[in-house]
Amino acid sequence: MTDQLPVAVRMEGITKRFPGVLANEDVDLEVRTGEIHALLGENGAGKSTLMSVLCGLYRQDEGAISLLSNGGLRRVDIGSPRHAIELGIGMVHQHFKLVRTQTVAENMIIGMDGVPFRLDMSQVAADIRELGERYDMLVDPTAAIWQLSVGEQQRVEILKVLYRGANTLILDEPTAVLTPQESGQLGSALRAMVAEGKAIVFISHKLDEVISFADRVTVLRQGRNVATLDVGSTNKHELARLMVGRELATGVPKGDRELDQPVLVVDGLEALGDRGLPALRGVDLTAMRGEVVGIAGVAGNGQQELAEAITGLRRITAGKVTVRGVDCTGKTPRQMIEAGVCHVPGDRLGVGLAGNLPVADNLAMKTYRRRPLARGPFLDRKKMGSQAKRMIDEFGVLTPGPATPARNLSGGNQQKAILAREISAGRDFESGAVLVAAYPTRGLDVGAIEAVRARIVAERDRGTAVVLISEDLDELMMLSDRIAVLHGGQVMGVVEPASTTIEEIGLLMAGERRS
Amino acid sequence: MTTLKFEKRLTTPTYVKWSVPVGSLMLALAAGGVLLIAVGVNPFTAYGAMIEGAYGGRTALTETLVRATPLILTGLSVALAFRMLFWNIGAEGQLVMGGVAASGVALFLPEAAPSIPQSPWVYLPLMGLAALLAGALWGLVPALLKSSLGVNEIITTLMFNYVAILFYQYLFTDPWKDPAGFGFPGSAEFGQFAWLPRFSGRLNFGILVGVGSAVFLWLVFSKSKWGYEIALIGENERAARYAGVSVFRNIVLVMVVSAGLAGLAGFAEVSGISHKLQQGLAVGNGFSGIIVAWLAKLRPLRVIWVAILLAGLFVGGDQIQITLGLPASISQVLQGAILLFVLGGDIFSRYRLRLIRGDGS
Repeated sequence: MTDQLPVAVRMEGITKRFPGVLANEDVDLEVRTGEIHALLGENGAGKSTLMSVLCGLYRQDEGAISLLSNGGLRRVDIGSPRHAIELGIGMVHQHFKLVRTQTVAENMIIGMDGVPFRLDMSQVAADIRELGERYDMLVDPTAAIWQLSVGEQQRVEILKVLYRGANTLILDEPTAVLTPQESGQLGSALRAMVAEGKAIVFISHKLDEVISFADRVTVLRQGRNVATLDVGSTNKHELARLMVGRELATGVPKGDRELDQPVLVVDGLEALGDRGLPALRGVDLTAMRGEVVGIAGVAGNGQQELAEAITGLRRITAGKVTVRGVDCTGKTPRQMIEAGVCHVPGDRLGVGLAGNLPVADNLAMKTYRRRPLARGPFLDRKKMGSQAKRMIDEFGVLTPGPATPARNLSGGNQQKAILAREISAGRDFESGAVLVAAYPTRGLDVGAIEAVRARIVAERDRGTAVVLISEDLDELMMLSDRIAVLHGGQVMGVVEPASTTIEEIGLLMAGERRS
Repeated sequence: MTTLKFEKRLTTPTYVKWSVPVGSLMLALAAGGVLLIAVGVNPFTAYGAMIEGAYGGRTALTETLVRATPLILTGLSVALAFRMLFWNIGAEGQLVMGGVAASGVALFLPEAAPSIPQSPWVYLPLMGLAALLAGALWGLVPALLKSSLGVNEIITTLMFNYVAILFYQYLFTDPWKDPAGFGFPGSAEFGQFAWLPRFSGRLNFGILVGVGSAVFLWLVFSKSKWGYEIALIGENERAARYAGVSVFRNIVLVMVVSAGLAGLAGFAEVSGISHKLQQGLAVGNGFSGIIVAWLAKLRPLRVIWVAILLAGLFVGGDQIQITLGLPASISQVLQGAILLFVLGGDIFSRYRLRLIRGDGS
C-alpha cells in the first residue's frame, strides 16, 4: 500500500481568491512519492487553480506548502514557475506551451538555465531519445512541433518536464486529447515514472481513468476538498456522487426517424494533411436528414482533415462534396456556411472562438453578415447583444454577460456557446442543415457532457444531418445511428451500434477492413 | 526575505488608468530635470518655456496643430494595420509617396490637361485622391507579398520606406527641380489652386482631413462588418477563417486603406504647408505615427488627442532651443525621456507590483 511511502508534497489549508470567486477554500492535499494521485472534480471545481498554486503560477492567499527534501518535509514559498522547476515540480498544462515553429529539442531547452553558449543540439537530441526509450514515449527530437499530432505534442511536454529534472509531475487532464490506446500508453509511462519514485498528480474529471490509473484520489467540489480515498476501496458511483453532489442520468433518449433524404454526400474525397502527405484517401460518406453518423478512429487518421474538407477549410484534391444535392466541392468556408454546413471544431479556443473578444462577438461569427445584425456595410451592435442574450438563455451558457471575453468562460460553457452559435445558424435551413461536430465533449465535465450530447441528439431529431467525430467509443455507440471507422484516411467500414461491438470497431480502427 | 513580483491585473481600475500616465509623465519630467540641471538650466524655466511654446497663444497653438496633422493621419494608418496584427511600419514611405503623387498632379497636370479647370474644388480632391492611391500602391506590394507568399511585412514595409525616400529626394533634386530656383533643390511652387486653404497661421484644412479620417475609422471599428472582421483576424486568424472571413482579401484591403491614410498625410503636408516638393517631407512622421497609435491604444478618436499632445512636445522642444538657447540634442533627449516613461509606464496599468514577504525558510 502507499501508506508507507514518504510524503512528497503537502499542501495545507490552501485558499485562493479571485475577484468575485473563491477558487480554493481551505484545501488540503498530500501526494506521496511513488504514487499516482488523481485530482478529481468538475470544471470549475478548483483543480487547475490548486495545481497552479503548486507550480508557482499563482500565489495562495492562505495556507502552506511543504516539499520532501533530504528525507524531511520543508516549508517552501514557491515564487514563480521557474522556482517550482528548481524545486522539482513540473506541470504539463492542458493547453500546451510549445513553440510551434521550433523543433522538439529546441523546445526542451527554451528558457532553461545553464544552456551553454555553444549549443550542442545533438546531445539534447540524444538525451531526449534516451528519456523517450526509458518511458516508452518516443518522439523525433528534430521534428518541428507543428508537424506532431496532439498526442505527440503531449509527450514532448511530459519529456520537457522530465528533462528539467522534475520529480513531482502535475498533468492537467492529460487524456482529454488522447485516444484510448494513447491513454493506455500514457498510463504505462506514468507507472514507469512512479516506479522510479516520482510523484504524479493527475487532474481529471473522467472516472474510468481515475479508477484505472490512480493509486489515490482527492475529490474537489466547488473549491473544497470533499474526500481523499484509496482507489482500491472506492468505485465509480461513489466518486461520481462526490464529484457532482448528485446522481447522474445515463444515456440520451433518441427519437425514431426515417432515413430517406441524404443531406451530405461525400464521394471519393481526397485531401492532404498539414505535412503535405495524403490524409484522406478516397472517403465515401453519406449523412441522411435526421441521422447521426459517428466517425471513429485513432487520432490522426484523417478525422480533422475530413471535418475541414467538408467545411471548406481544407483544399480538396479529389472527390466531391454534395450538400442537399448541390455540388459544394472546392467552395470557400463562407460558401459552406451559406450552404448550411455548421461546424463545431475540435480546437475550441484555437479555431472555434476568438478568446479575447466578447461572448456576443463570438456568438455572431456566423450571423454577422446577414440581417438583422447587418445593414449594408454596417453592423448593429445592439442587435448583436440581444442575439447573444437569446442564445445564452436558450442554451444555458453560464457567463457574467455578453460582454465578457469568451476566454474567461469555463470549457463547458465555451462549448455550449459554440453549439449555440452553430445550431442557431443551422436553423435557417428547413430542408436540413449539416452539423460537423469534432470532439464536442472533449475535456468537458460530466454535467456539460450530458448537456452537449442532449443538444446533438435534439438537432438530429429536428432533421439535421450530424457528422460526429469522437474518440470516445461509448459516446459514439450512444449517439450514432451509424458509425464509420476511419483508418489511414479511408473508411474501413460502416457499422450500426445496435449490431456491433466495441471489439469490432476496435479491429476496424486498427485497419482490419470489413469484408 | 522580501521579493517583488509582477502580477497581471484581471481588471484595470479607473484610478490606475489615470494615475499611471500622469505618474509616468511626472517621473519623466523629473528625470529630464536632472539633465537640465546638469547643463545649468532651471528645469521649471525650461518646462514652462516648453508649454508656453506649444500651447501658449495663437501662433504656438496653430503650429502645434500643424505639427499634429500628419501625426493624426500616420497614427490612424498604423492603428488600422496594427488592429489586424499587420505590422505596417512603412507609413513614412507611404506618406512620402502620397506627397510625391500630390505634387506630381499639382505640378504637371495643368500643362498636361489644360482643359481641367484650375480651381481648388477640382485640384484638391484630385491631389488627395492621387496621394491616397500612391500611398495605397506603396502598401499594396508588401500586403500582396504577405498574403500570398507569407513574406514578413515588417521587413518589406520598412525597406519600402528607404526606396520611397530616396526616390523622392531624386525627384526634387533632379528631374522635378525648379529651373528658376537658383540651384536650390526643390520643385517649383504649386499654383494657388493646389493649396489647402488656411485657417490661421499655417493651420490648414489638412487637420480636417485627419479628423474626418479618424471619425471614418471609428465608424469602421465600432459600427461596421468590416471592423468586426478586422478584430476577428487580429484576435484569432484561424477563427476568422473558420467564420468564413477571407484573410487574404482583408490583408490587402486593410493595407490599402492604412497606406492610403499615410499617403493623405503626404498630401496635407505638400498642399497645406510647403506648396512644393522639397526637403522636409520625410522627417519621421511615419515612425512617430507608431508611437501615436500605440499610446492611443489603437483607438481612432484617441489618436487625435495623442497626436496633438505629441505635436506639442515636438513644438515645445523646438521652442526651448530658440528661447533658452539649448542645443537641439537636449530637447530631443527630453522628448525621448517623456515618451520612454509614458510608454514604459503602461506596463503598470496591465500588471501590478506586489511585495511578498517570505517567512525566511
